[in-house]
Amino acid sequence: MGAVFRPYSPSDSLQSDRTSGDRQRHKEKLREVLKGNIADVISEQSIIGRDSDQIIKVPIKGIKEYRFIYGQNQPRVAQGNGGTEEGQVVGKAGQEQGDGGDGKAGNSPGEDYYETDVTLEELIDLMFEDLELPDLESKPLRAIEAEYTHKRSGTKRVGIRAHLDKKRTAKSRLRRKFVQEKIDNARQPLEEIKETGEEENRFPFNQRDFRYHRHKPDIRYESNAVVVCIMDTSGSMNVMKKYLARSFFFLLYQFVRLKYQQTELVFIAHDTIAREVNEDDFFHRGESGGTMISSGYQKALEVINDRYDPTLWNVYAFHCSDGDNFQEDIPRTMEFAKKLSEVCNLFGYGEIKPEGTVAWGTPMLEKFDDFEAENFTTVCITGKADIWPKFKAFLQKERERSTTIHADPESWG
Amino acid sequence: MVRNYNLQDLEKWEERIFEKVQEFGLDCYPQEFEICDHIQMLGMMTYHGMPSHYPHWSFGKSFERTKTLYDYGVQGIPYEMVINSNPCIAGLMRDNSLCLQILTMAHVYGHNDFFKNNFTFSHTRADRTIARFKAHADRIRSYIEDPSIGLKAVERILDAAHSLSFQCRRNQAVKARSGEQQLSRALKAAEESGNSEQEIEKISHKFPLEPEENILLFIRDHNARLTEWEKDLLTIVHEEALYFQPQMETKIINEGWACYWHREIMNSLELPTDIHMEFLVRHNQVVRPIPGDINPYNIGLALWDRIEEKELGKARDHAHDRQPANIRELMFEIREVDRDTSFIRRFMDRETMEKLDLFQAEVQQNDWIVSKTANEESWQDVKNLLINSIGLGAIPRISIVDGDCDGARTLKLVHEFDGRELEASYAEKTLEHLYTLWGRKVLLETRMKNSVARYSFDDTGLTMTAEMNEDPARAYFSHW
Repeated sequence: MGAVFRPYSPSDSLQSDRTSGDRQRHKEKLREVLKGNIADVISEQSIIGRDSDQIIKVPIKGIKEYRFIYGQNQPRVAQGNGGTEEGQVVGKAGQEQGDGGDGKAGNSPGEDYYETDVTLEELIDLMFEDLELPDLESKPLRAIEAEYTHKRSGTKRVGIRAHLDKKRTAKSRLRRKFVQEKIDNARQPLEEIKETGEEENRFPFNQRDFRYHRHKPDIRYESNAVVVCIMDTSGSMNVMKKYLARSFFFLLYQFVRLKYQQTELVFIAHDTIAREVNEDDFFHRGESGGTMISSGYQKALEVINDRYDPTLWNVYAFHCSDGDNFQEDIPRTMEFAKKLSEVCNLFGYGEIKPEGTVAWGTPMLEKFDDFEAENFTTVCITGKADIWPKFKAFLQKERERSTTIHADPESWG
Repeated sequence: MVRNYNLQDLEKWEERIFEKVQEFGLDCYPQEFEICDHIQMLGMMTYHGMPSHYPHWSFGKSFERTKTLYDYGVQGIPYEMVINSNPCIAGLMRDNSLCLQILTMAHVYGHNDFFKNNFTFSHTRADRTIARFKAHADRIRSYIEDPSIGLKAVERILDAAHSLSFQCRRNQAVKARSGEQQLSRALKAAEESGNSEQEIEKISHKFPLEPEENILLFIRDHNARLTEWEKDLLTIVHEEALYFQPQMETKIINEGWACYWHREIMNSLELPTDIHMEFLVRHNQVVRPIPGDINPYNIGLALWDRIEEKELGKARDHAHDRQPANIRELMFEIREVDRDTSFIRRFMDRETMEKLDLFQAEVQQNDWIVSKTANEESWQDVKNLLINSIGLGAIPRISIVDGDCDGARTLKLVHEFDGRELEASYAEKTLEHLYTLWGRKVLLETRMKNSVARYSFDDTGLTMTAEMNEDPARAYFSHW
């Protein structure tokens, strides 16, 4: 016999997981990559509009190990099934089959994809990490005096009957009684233990026994926010444009949701007239017709005035359109925009112009550029890749504002 | 799969295999077999079979990759995992059938013999392999745990070193010229060509005198800013690359040798019919051609068979006739002195190429089109391309020609262009790694589409310049 056999030991299988450390580190690195590519991930359709606890499988391009290698399309030698002839097509270029053999000299630059599981929540955390927002906790929110109630806090000796603290009152009477008995006993030691009637044993409540609840005013601040999504659903808004708009709304909603305890969404679709619709209709129902942006703004103002009093709600409004509007509508639009910016924390206009589309009608972007309101921003979105950087730019405004507000606490609203 | 055998069976079979090994005159290191499950096997593969290896995230990546391929059934786990060490260690997967275990053991003895006797492995110091890798691992772990160094810093150097690890001298059996030898050679050449004093004077300042292929070692020895632990990392990575280099150089000849011997051993064992039938199936799976690719098992075995056939004057019936003793010596000599390139160059003839259906393919409009087959006119071209593209031929030859360009310690590298262009995106990133290690500007000169391309990387990032050179397009532009 020539060889030594090392029998299988199941305990080895624990030991054999010696790759775990390196796998862990690899995962960490993939996560870093994910962070770096957050813009790509976000622009993937599948993520938009999911529940936050859902797990998303994000395909991440493998971390490459670079070496000096030859380009892919060099002539090469291969084997055939027999009888291969000149001119025969033997494969498609560009789809390389993995690394050569043992992967030691991993030398074909093919793409590996690794899937990582993240929940939407985590992803959003990563996203906002990427935003490098100032510490959200210390950021002054427009807190609203949501409730004015009272909270019990200790007792006091005077008060109204309704606030009587019965338990404490009874306790203090017992205490007094106990003390009184001790004093009495001390005064008459061993003296006649008189037969005492019921009458003499009575020990009534005294004014000094009464305890009343003390109340402190209790103001609870609540931060509610509403995101008003206004979208142009006129004939010119095609699926792609709607998708871009949706991505932007999604980010805005996620951002606002992070900052406030309660966030609501309002969807306003407009062509020449505006309607409040549900989310599904907002994104999916095809519309047609011309565009009157003012109608959307007017509707938004109505909804805000009806249901979301700006003194109680933080209002974020964003309007997505491809920028064609009736000429006659522009003055009204600007007027309503002004009003909107007065009631909103942040109001934005996003013009969606996928590359290659012809802009016609009135370029609202230019008009809006002249529009002066410190909480108003315009962004121009030309493609998927634009969404994240533009969103960042949009929030820049909010960041600046919040820092200025910070300096002036009186204006917290 | 229900295993209908136990360790005693394996030992019994191994005993019989070993008898044959000795009978056939194979010269092996002591052999050890480790019985493992598939996860352990994947773990072994991840670390190239080393029982202990330094940690790096790339191994985690490699493990995930192999495991995913395995889990989805895209790729099976190879039957064998054997490392070049003394004693030679191989894994046997416990879920394999008895036939596969016997086959694997026989195959492993073939590799074992090859490791011990082939000249390319002579520098790998097999006695110390396990201990050396363990020492490397211990040292790197200690750097990672050292609070003044830490994981990030170690990774930074390792990432960069890995990217350059195979940029080293090709033939370890040829002794490198020492610095003095290089100098005297250069001086002699200069005197013979009648150069002036000044030019001869210049020679002594030139460094390196002759192009240096060991990039990591050059950096280790000439970048004074590297700390001791950084130098140690470079040494470790370089040594490991050297250890694995022969395996890249001998993939075809080595696998062919192991297949040749496992077939010989299996056929002489008088296996029970069921095992023998399974053996025939498995053997054919292993040595069949893979269309569109190159199967080293297939090509290697075909070449060994061809050698035998030529020597005997006719093909042998391997199932029944045993290897005649008179050709054994010749074959043993070949397994000692050849590696893939020389093996193919010497023994690949047109008939074998036709039998293997080897062809050359080129990309034409998104398709791989067969441009040359093993016919009378072009079989030599196909053969040459094969020789040039296997093993280390897949690694561009890049050497350091100047370690002190412009007197500013700029490192200059030249790619020895052989018609194949570098993958630009990879070259750029690798250059960045090189810059990490060198710490000063680095230059790389290569060719791209008939022009000289120069990449440089310094603290401002990457720049690239291309220079039109004897380009037919030049004439076209000139009358503008």
